[in-house]
Amino acid sequence: MVATVETISAVEEATGKYKYGFVTDIASEKAPKGLNEDIIRFISEKKSEPEWMLKWRLKAYRHWLKMPEPNWSKLSIEPIDYNDIHYYSAPKSAEKLNSIADVDPELIATYEKLGIPLNEQKMLAGVAVDAVFDSVSVATTFREELSKAGVIFCPISEAIQKYPELVKKYLGSVIPVADNYFSALNCAVFTDGSFVYVPKNVRCPLELSTYFRINEQNTGQFERTLIIVEDGGYVSYLEGCTAPQRDENQLHAAVVELVALTDAEIKYSTVQNWYPGDENGKGGIYNFVTKRGSCRGDRSKISWTQVETGSAITWKYPSCVLRGKNSVGEFYSVAVTNGAQQADTGTKMIHLGEGSKSTIISKGISAGKSQNTYRGLVEINRGAESARNFTQCDSLLVGQLCGAHTVPYIVSRNPSGKIEHEATTSRISEEQLFYCLQRGISEEDAVSLIVNGFCKEVMKELPMEFAVEAQKLIGISLEGSVG
Amino acid sequence: MSILEIRGLKASVDGNEILHGIDLIVNPGEVHAIMGPNGSGKSTLSYVLSGRAGYEITGGDILLNGNSIIDMEADVRARLGLFLAFQYPVELPGVSGMSFLRAAINARLREENQEEVDQLAFVKMVRAEAKKLGISDEMLKRAVNVGFSGGEKKRYEILQMALLKPIMAILDETDSGLDVDALKIVSEGVNLLRNPYRSMLVITHYQRLLSHIIPDKVHILSNGVIAKSGDKTLALQVEENGYSGIDDAA
Ligand SMILES: Nc1ncnc2c1ncn2[C@@H]1O[C@H](COP(=O)(O)OP(=O)(O)OP(=O)(O)O)[C@@H](O)[C@H]1O
Ligand SMILES: [Mg+2]
Repeated sequence: MVATVETISAVEEATGKYKYGFVTDIASEKAPKGLNEDIIRFISEKKSEPEWMLKWRLKAYRHWLKMPEPNWSKLSIEPIDYNDIHYYSAPKSAEKLNSIADVDPELIATYEKLGIPLNEQKMLAGVAVDAVFDSVSVATTFREELSKAGVIFCPISEAIQKYPELVKKYLGSVIPVADNYFSALNCAVFTDGSFVYVPKNVRCPLELSTYFRINEQNTGQFERTLIIVEDGGYVSYLEGCTAPQRDENQLHAAVVELVALTDAEIKYSTVQNWYPGDENGKGGIYNFVTKRGSCRGDRSKISWTQVETGSAITWKYPSCVLRGKNSVGEFYSVAVTNGAQQADTGTKMIHLGEGSKSTIISKGISAGKSQNTYRGLVEINRGAESARNFTQCDSLLVGQLCGAHTVPYIVSRNPSGKIEHEATTSRISEEQLFYCLQRGISEEDAVSLIVNGFCKEVMKELPMEFAVEAQKLIGISLEGSVG
Repeated sequence: MSILEIRGLKASVDGNEILHGIDLIVNPGEVHAIMGPNGSGKSTLSYVLSGRAGYEITGGDILLNGNSIIDMEADVRARLGLFLAFQYPVELPGVSGMSFLRAAINARLREENQEEVDQLAFVKMVRAEAKKLGISDEMLKRAVNVGFSGGEKKRYEILQMALLKPIMAILDETDSGLDVDALKIVSEGVNLLRNPYRSMLVITHYQRLLSHIIPDKVHILSNGVIAKSGDKTLALQVEENGYSGIDDAA
């Protein structure tokens, strides 16, 4: 808990409205701007990848060239020039690190400013961290302790070299190469991300956490995460993200694949706080992310929890494919939009297995002139005898200029399936604010109290170490949203 | 010096003048009752005093402890020790009572440059005060005012008053909706909070309340002005003859 307090003060100390908007001054090595097969070869070579990996990337790239950009969401997106982006950027000092002691002190300082101390003595007890800076993983903590338990937690670039059989077997097995435009792009150019492998009947002894940071100008971040939990295993994983304040938009197109085998459980939490752009919508991160989990084994369980406060545009639908008998999928989401932010987020629950069950709790908070859309699919397929879904979708409006939208898609191919959907929309009323003010609570604290009350059901799903930080973050994101 | 002084106060809502010039002085430790027909402006007065948005002061002044407060935001006035027990307390779905009460108390303590309350000591203190008002621990765990009965909401207002220890409390029809026993409990709670430094404005329709909380003065508000002021016997006259039986009142 000491580290949590540190985190909050780090947030408060940083200046400006977006508290993570500083830039780290560090020498970096970049690929030239642009996207073509040579760039992909360059990335693959930089990572000393085996031939099969390069082939896989090129195949994805060729697919991508033929695909149209999606335009079905409720988003209005400035056209992206895919040739105006650096697809590889690495801090110069970041090559071949064996321990935290070798990490550039500037980088350690950056993560400390973000409230993520990489120094193991200072770390949150029980949390192992992988820090990804622009395109590369710069540090992974507590590796020894994890390896004693048989858990692999390392940068995916390292996994490709050390555990090629596992990577070959599972990479792209949940999200096929040509799944969608942004995932195909990610397959072609991904630079780093985390890899987790939990062997049979092992309960991962630590919370695992990856901290993503975009630092360089005109770079995209394309991270790739793959988590595999064997029969009866369990892992809880958390990712956090920030980026400096920049006037141009930056693209973040990540892919996350989860595989849960028989009786395995994966809990995946996200606290996303990429730079949202200014009030008028200048700058900010395009957060176009594909996340999907496969509940492959019977009684397996995957649970997504996300707190999305940042990014100019968020486009993500962490999903579960419930293949196993009696498998369970959960999606808990808080999406906060303010200023000119846009979010189109939700989930897909694809029921294939008999008795599979899913729960969706979505809390959207819109302020300023932002637009916040929940989009979710619940699909019960023929073999999914007695499958069940419960969906609850609540929207809270702060002010008069914002919008909240709910777009549920329901497909039922098995009459024994049961789908429940509840939705509410409410507004923070002047009466409620006055009631708080009259008790001496400032307007900002009042909004924060009411909003945190509104999303309590989701917040309690976050690992405790991060719940306080996330609560604070929601308060900060809504600063200046009333009055 | 008076705790509250209202001088020639005029106020409008949506461009309609509701209060047409009110003068009132409440000295330390005094309890004043305000009575008056429905729609005469009693709640409006309480909102204007506490600084609710949309209630525009078009004339006069309000002094709290000798200082004008009309340019202050509602939360600033509250932290100076002005408290309003609402006629219709507001529900805050999802906001746990404990965190709400704590936020309120800490805001007040910060203002006075004091340390924030210790979590454990705070819970103890709230439970003790709640017990006096017949509020169960279970109710304290619920979201603020959500699912509370009318009477429970009123008790909860007085609990907040007990915790926040205001110098000037306005009670807007705290007695409405209370059963006989609850009225007694709440009145006793209020009486316990009476002291030489704390003043109160008690808005009510019923003499019944004033036989429990005995006022130093009674004012009749009618059509946005104070039509008559007197001692506690004025309330009895209202009870007997209605407002039409009072000189100068509507
Ligand atoms: N927003 C508004 N616009 C116009 N008139 C208003 C508005 N709000 C209140 N009023 C009017 O102001 C007058 C005073 O209302 P107020 O609520 O202060 O009365 P009250 O004395 O508290 O009545 P009660 O005994 O019923 O509680 C009423 O005539 C009411 O209709
Ligand atoms: Mg009233």
